[in-house]
Amino acid sequence: MQFLFRFIVGGFIVSLFAVIGDMLKPKSFAGLFGAAPSIALATLSLTILSNGKVYADLEARSMIGGAIAFFIYACFCMRLLAKGRLSAAKATLSGLTVWLACALGIWLLVRGR
Amino acid sequence: MKIEFDFSALKKIKWYEYAVRFLFGGVTTVLTGLLAKRYGPAFGGLFLAFPAIFPASATLVEKHEKGKKQEAGIFKTNRGRLAAALDARGAASGSIGLVCFAFVVWKLLSGWNAASSLFVASSVWLAASMLIWRVRKDRHQVIHPKTG
Repeated sequence: MQFLFRFIVGGFIVSLFAVIGDMLKPKSFAGLFGAAPSIALATLSLTILSNGKVYADLEARSMIGGAIAFFIYACFCMRLLAKGRLSAAKATLSGLTVWLACALGIWLLVRGR
Repeated sequence: MKIEFDFSALKKIKWYEYAVRFLFGGVTTVLTGLLAKRYGPAFGGLFLAFPAIFPASATLVEKHEKGKKQEAGIFKTNRGRLAAALDARGAASGSIGLVCFAFVVWKLLSGWNAASSLFVASSVWLAASMLIWRVRKDRHQVIHPKTG
């Protein structure tokens, strides 16, 4: 039941930001909403309610690493799309491995200190 | 360049395109919770910045731009891909805002109430993203005045 609730809240908030992005012009500005804190807002609010602020605080700190990885991922996708021959679906989905590698790399780096 | 809301853009989006994004968002939120439960909040927190909307929205932008060109009788075009690249450029600016969002939540959450912390952090995300977008746009216009 808790997972179903998480699924609905997450789906709703992500869709909301996506719809705002769809309506905005120019495209480069609408793109900001592709990096909206939608998952973070859904997860953090539910986490604060179920696990408390200290737990959510730790998640927010780690999110900084995930967001840096997102920046590298977005730049990678931009390069692939502007210079390469890959379609948007192929470029953005294959780029997820870059996000994962960077996020894990940053996490291991910070954890090792 | 002026920032505008184009409500007619919503009519061009099919119901399953909304459904895909709802599914992406829901699944990512559930997975983030599961990862935090299994490996701890420090690991699960990374996934709060998972690119959940971006692949679907970039694909949609490409598809719609291609469609526009095809309606005009142009079938071989890279316009869709370039529009998706612009979307990625915006997402890169937004991701710097995302770093600011996470930093603000981390710093405020222990002392403030949860709703205020998330509200301030979201406002900081929007302000920082817009500022970076504006600066990059102005810089691009200085370097490429004809294309600006």
